[in-house]
Amino acid sequence: MTEIVLTIDGKEVKARAGMTVLQAAQQEGIYIPTLCHHEKLEAFGGCRLCMVEVEARGWTSYVVSCVYPVAKDIVVRTRSEKVDKIRKVLVEELMAHAPDSPELIRMAEEYGADRDRFERSASFCIVCGLCVRYCNEVKQKNAVGFIDNGARREISFIPEVARKECWDCQECFAICPTSYAQAAYLLTEALAFPGQRKEAVKVKKAPKPKRVIPIMPAPVTT
Amino acid sequence: MPKLQSAAELEKFRAELLAKRDPAKPCIAVCAGAACDGMDSAAVAAAFLAEAATQKLDGKLEIRTTGCHGYCEKGPNVVVTPGDICYFEVQPTDVPEIIAATLKGEVVERLVYKDPATGAKAVHMSEVPFYKHQTRLLIGDNPKIDPMRIDDYFAVGGYAGLVKALTTMTPEQVLAEVKKANLRGRGGGGFPAGSKWETTRNAPEKTKYVIVNGHEGESAAFMDRAMLTGNPHKILEGLIIGAYAIGAQKGFMYTRHDMPLLEKHVRQALAQATEYGLLGENILGSGFNFECELHFDVGIFVSGESSALMRSIEGNAPEPRPKYIRTSVNGIWDKPSNLNNVETWANVPQIISKGAEWFTSIGSEKSKGTKLISLSGNVVNSGIVEVPMGTPLRTLVFDIGGGVRDGKTLKAIHFGGAMGGSIPADLIDAPLDFDGMSKLGAPIGAGGLLLMDEDTDMIEVARYLMDFLVNESCGKCVPCREGMQQMLQILTRLTEGQGRKGDLELLEDLIEVTGVASLCALGKTSGDPLKSMFRYFKPEYESRIVSSAGGSDNK
Ligand SMILES: Cc1cc2nc3c(=O)[nH]c(=O)nc-3n(C[C@H](O)[C@H](O)[C@H](O)COP(=O)(O)O)c2cc1C
Ligand code: SF4
Ligand code: SF4
Ligand code: FES
Ligand code: FES
Repeated sequence: MTEIVLTIDGKEVKARAGMTVLQAAQQEGIYIPTLCHHEKLEAFGGCRLCMVEVEARGWTSYVVSCVYPVAKDIVVRTRSEKVDKIRKVLVEELMAHAPDSPELIRMAEEYGADRDRFERSASFCIVCGLCVRYCNEVKQKNAVGFIDNGARREISFIPEVARKECWDCQECFAICPTSYAQAAYLLTEALAFPGQRKEAVKVKKAPKPKRVIPIMPAPVTT
Repeated sequence: MPKLQSAAELEKFRAELLAKRDPAKPCIAVCAGAACDGMDSAAVAAAFLAEAATQKLDGKLEIRTTGCHGYCEKGPNVVVTPGDICYFEVQPTDVPEIIAATLKGEVVERLVYKDPATGAKAVHMSEVPFYKHQTRLLIGDNPKIDPMRIDDYFAVGGYAGLVKALTTMTPEQVLAEVKKANLRGRGGGGFPAGSKWETTRNAPEKTKYVIVNGHEGESAAFMDRAMLTGNPHKILEGLIIGAYAIGAQKGFMYTRHDMPLLEKHVRQALAQATEYGLLGENILGSGFNFECELHFDVGIFVSGESSALMRSIEGNAPEPRPKYIRTSVNGIWDKPSNLNNVETWANVPQIISKGAEWFTSIGSEKSKGTKLISLSGNVVNSGIVEVPMGTPLRTLVFDIGGGVRDGKTLKAIHFGGAMGGSIPADLIDAPLDFDGMSKLGAPIGAGGLLLMDEDTDMIEVARYLMDFLVNESCGKCVPCREGMQQMLQILTRLTEGQGRKGDLELLEDLIEVTGVASLCALGKTSGDPLKSMFRYFKPEYESRIVSSAGGSDNK
């Protein structure tokens, strides 16, 4: 495997070709905040919180580290005035939906985000897509999907599938950063198939995601 | 019709076709383009056919329904050849008179163009102010072509570029010619088409695709659909030539799902091209194989973005890919895929048949050829216009567009739809040029030009464009989805007189972050209209805050 040397936050870092900047950083214990990233899932590049500054051949650009591949001699800065500002505003935008998400609260502290900067929005889903992608890529059930586009985009459980598949899984509840996945499921159940869930199984109290290092959503406990 | 096996067979077929056509025989071309159709040009066409049948005029006169002529404002449009006599706002009741005059070689004076100021009449297309300042290399054939008949395209010299490319040039030579012509993409970015072709050509993967971007989602842009509906073979010819240069075996036409006439014409064009052997195996005996498939968009603006479009062709939701790769190398199904706009492809046949030197003699220093512009808004003459790059906006707006409607004064010119920008009237002498207009903050984008008069509320314009984007984005990434919603809320408040102190600073923060952090160009440029307005119309925004924070003139 070709070894690639790059610089992250002033530190010389070795990485394998094909790795992302995020992976290279994590491997060195360098923290980059993430929200929509999950190591079992394909890169999504939706939340943009993992954005870093990259200098390559004299050009500075802003890229999402969970997707951007390592390259020889690039210089990565995981924090800068601009990077911090981006993260601050993104967190503020997300807090208009989910002001009580522990993950967002932690990031808000780090980047000085004001949770009340933007008007509160009705839905507390931040459309990170973890539930949708987990159900699709890991469980391959597609019980929950995205519907609509643009500002109207939301997640939705598909009653016909959820009725059959969700009662003994519910793994997405734990990876959801806002507990909306569980709420949406329960609502779907109440409306579409009340009482039809397997009698014996109680809704598992969704364990709050356990985060050892605040780098990525904790691995799912089954 | 048996397949044309060689270039010679095609030229022989063309010669026979032309020999059968008498140039002196009058032809009445009725526009069936979208605008004229909206004014029931179908009834006019039907009336012509009925009258011709009743009078048994079969041998004496031809009636043709065509795509958009350009002067949409004055539809239903009718053009009579020889002479290119233009009749405007034609009603079915005018039909017998037009036929009678045409048969006698006369003109129906009351239906020709009359100058609104002087009353001076203009009979021929070359005298009508709207047309006479134009250089109609691409759209000029529309009145001569019934898009359902490939013969009409042959008759205007169609597929001569393809013949030349396949029989006298190597793919490398075709590529070199397009590079030399400095043809720049007409879909918004102005990226050199030749370099892009070369990237796809040089990509190691053997399977390659070429694609026509006919989505045309930009608000106030309507020329691509006019080209595709009115002259589909021109785009197809460009695509086949491009595929030959690039080494692609398959092409896709990606276009609007909501235009039945466009679909009908493109389907027919593909079927006829296949029947004549211009698509399929061993095209004109050259050994080159190429097929083309028609695909429809999903109706949201972001489907026009290159990676989203390619995902859509693959059968997925039109979401831009987060990957830092180029679609020209990793496109449809990860194969090298070259995407160009309708108008970019339409330029290719003439570059090959007339040469790069001819092409570069038209236009400005860095932007060559002509550009199709959709004129709309508070303009006297709305329609589709084609002028050489470098033409001053003044010519577009006043000489061609006839100026501002209802005698009002011009306030601003907006280019490029929701990802474009507005410039004030005093920049009217700026030349139409990719780089120059970008520097001014109003990149030409696809070419939708919107005129705004003195009564225009610039905040409402920004709100309207933002509202469009909020509904037409994919909603995948946070800065675009959330940032635009927040901008929209603030703008809405401003238009309602509820502006607060700090709103403009908040907008500036949102423009900055959305601009740098968004995944695709939709989000990245969503703040551009606002940015241009902050550059040129800031006092208008500021006054709104003052007045709404307790001033007396709240509306
Ligand atoms: C949101 C968005 C919408 C777009 N819509 C179109 C479109 O409708 N037609 C088009 O030709 N290009 C569109 N583009 C540009 C394409 O991504 C691409 O650059 C273009 O088709 C390339 O062709 P060209 O180089 O010939 O201009 C769009 C880009 C974005 C970001
Ligand atoms: S429900 Fe939770 S996991 Fe799913 S998209 Fe919303 S915030 Fe993300
Ligand atoms: S910038 Fe907007 S349209 Fe583009 S990927 Fe992000 S949400 Fe979708
Ligand atoms: S975009 Fe990288 S973690 Fe969300
Ligand atoms: S549609 Fe008839 S002139 Fe444009």
